[in-house]
Amino acid sequence: MTEAAPAPSKAGESGRSLSDQLREIEFDPRMIGMVAALAAIWLGFNWLSDGAFLSSRNLWNLLVQTSSIAVMACGMVLVIVTRNIDLSVGSMLGFVGMVVGLIQVRLLPELWGFEHPLTWLVSLLAAIALGSAIGLFQGALIAWLAIPSFIVTLGGLLVWRGAAWWVTQGQTIAPMDSRFRPLGGGVEGAIGTTASWVIGLAICALICVAMVFARRRRVRFRFSLRPLWAEIVMAVLACGVVIATVMIANSYALPVGIARRVTEAKGLPWPPGGLFIGHGLAVPVLIALAVGVAITFLTTRLRFGRYVFAIGGNPEAAQLSGVNTRKVVMLVYGLMGALVGISACIATARLDAATNSAGALDELYVIAAAVIGGTSLAGGVGTIAGAMLGALVMQSLQSGMVLIGVDTPLQNIVVGFVLVVAVWLDGLYRKRLG
Amino acid sequence: MDMTTPLVEMRDISIAFGGIKAVDAVSVDLKAGEVVGLLGHNGAGKSTLIKILSGAYQADSGEIRVGGELVSIGSPRDAKRHGIETIYQTLALADNVDAAANIFLGRELLTPWHTLDDSTMEAETRKVMGRLNPHFRRFKEPVKALSGGQRQSVAIARAIYFNARVLIMDEPTAALGPAETKQVAELILELKRQGIGIFLISHDLHDVFDLADRVSVMKNGRVVGTARTSDVTQDEVLGMIISGKCPTGAVPGPGALRD
Repeated sequence: MTEAAPAPSKAGESGRSLSDQLREIEFDPRMIGMVAALAAIWLGFNWLSDGAFLSSRNLWNLLVQTSSIAVMACGMVLVIVTRNIDLSVGSMLGFVGMVVGLIQVRLLPELWGFEHPLTWLVSLLAAIALGSAIGLFQGALIAWLAIPSFIVTLGGLLVWRGAAWWVTQGQTIAPMDSRFRPLGGGVEGAIGTTASWVIGLAICALICVAMVFARRRRVRFRFSLRPLWAEIVMAVLACGVVIATVMIANSYALPVGIARRVTEAKGLPWPPGGLFIGHGLAVPVLIALAVGVAITFLTTRLRFGRYVFAIGGNPEAAQLSGVNTRKVVMLVYGLMGALVGISACIATARLDAATNSAGALDELYVIAAAVIGGTSLAGGVGTIAGAMLGALVMQSLQSGMVLIGVDTPLQNIVVGFVLVVAVWLDGLYRKRLG
Repeated sequence: MDMTTPLVEMRDISIAFGGIKAVDAVSVDLKAGEVVGLLGHNGAGKSTLIKILSGAYQADSGEIRVGGELVSIGSPRDAKRHGIETIYQTLALADNVDAAANIFLGRELLTPWHTLDDSTMEAETRKVMGRLNPHFRRFKEPVKALSGGQRQSVAIARAIYFNARVLIMDEPTAALGPAETKQVAELILELKRQGIGIFLISHDLHDVFDLADRVSVMKNGRVVGTARTSDVTQDEVLGMIISGKCPTGAVPGPGALRD
């Protein structure tokens, strides 16, 4: 058993770089850098805004605002990893959003009447189906006809924005179905404090179980292990973030009028001194988290994800190894489209209206989120968690600047500047540690 | 051994790219436990020919028989199904993933839940790499971080792990130093003893002559001639490569220079 090296000697250890050792225990130092950057942004804005930034209200809204971009960023990582790009996601979001609005405001009410209990579900599924279809179509052009993805999706950017206008000749559609609106957050989209605790604790339990299983597997194969203290610190940190998120969401109080209505709806008396009812986690945030977990699973645990990365690393090698690279690329675009469908629902529900300008410039924010999150435009490198953190960084900058009253043009300048600097720093880092 | 059915027979294979005949009516064959050297200048059509056998290209005409049976090889997957494994000159490794992911690329081991069984794949990789390169330790790193020899080991491991019957090695020692070249030579002899048929492609005569049982020389997409290495001298083979002149010890092919 020469291949088993459970405890490499100290002498062997010192000969390797720090990043080797970190990688050996499956620990990504880049992630720490991103979290540090996010912490700096948050503390900075908190100081500049006299504590308004880190209020539960602002953080709750920040997460809700991030959801739509974060969902699409997950798909964009896969697109960019395969050495492609998708410039059409913002326009697709606009088009799919308009169709969703049309379905639930004009089409379904005619068939089933207003406020049918299934309207929201049909709308959501239709959005995912339409998004996937558009994505697969664009993917087919890229994979089978070998048209550069930049061109196909640049065409898509124009086509789908035009199509979004065409759906209703530019008319805005509103309001949305009341069971659909929770997808966008808001008071209706907050799941309440008890449910938030249940979900939060369940996530913590899952994190711990997953870590125990991963460790057991490594023990079974005698691979090198993280020190136990590091494992425990990781578990405590991860669960701490989850619990803190739940506590913040729960400490953001419902407006008094709504709290009163909720209380009275339960048949309870409204106390004279008022009552504190927390929002709890928001539905779009939970959707984004679920998408993030699902796509992470897809990229790291399934064959499809392995192929996506192999194609990004060396398309010819993947093909010679028997991977159907065209099919994989087409499916990646299909998945991107499905996620755009979900984001279209989040955005439409949040606005409570479908407008043909929804999602304008989203493609740039989505690509920026993926790239800030460490996805390499050269292909082959990127993580879902990084992209979601990247989306959070972008949104934090933007809403922080709104909070301290920076003008819109200056906001754009700062965001553009940060994007360029972040990618430059990442490149420096890779050269030094990679 | 000459009496047995050839393991692989390629007959009258032709392929053209934009009017240029890269491979023109080429016939070669390979028997079990035999090493056949495929020689010729750069651009003689060697790599194109073996890419037809490995499924990367489809021939315009001609037929391929494996174990006497006519087969159609439309993709790399088909070739692998017939037990034909290839080590490409470029190694064809995905640089951004680790050794295990490369070795099992396209043939991943899965758990009962259809997820990647990374642990088993890594354990198997440790076994096969332990055979090829006992000092190899960098299992967690993307292969771009590895040395030329280590990358070569990964490419070889990928070819031999799946019990190949036919192994195609395209310039297997181009990126290697003398010690590693010797290691590859020993490996070839070991595989030959196991009854695997090996096509050895090289533009360097000396690499091939000691290892091969027979050589086929190509020039301008055509076979100059085929000879047992015991029947010809190195100088004569060199003459075949350079001028296309077929010596008396060799069986002339369609590409032989005619007087």
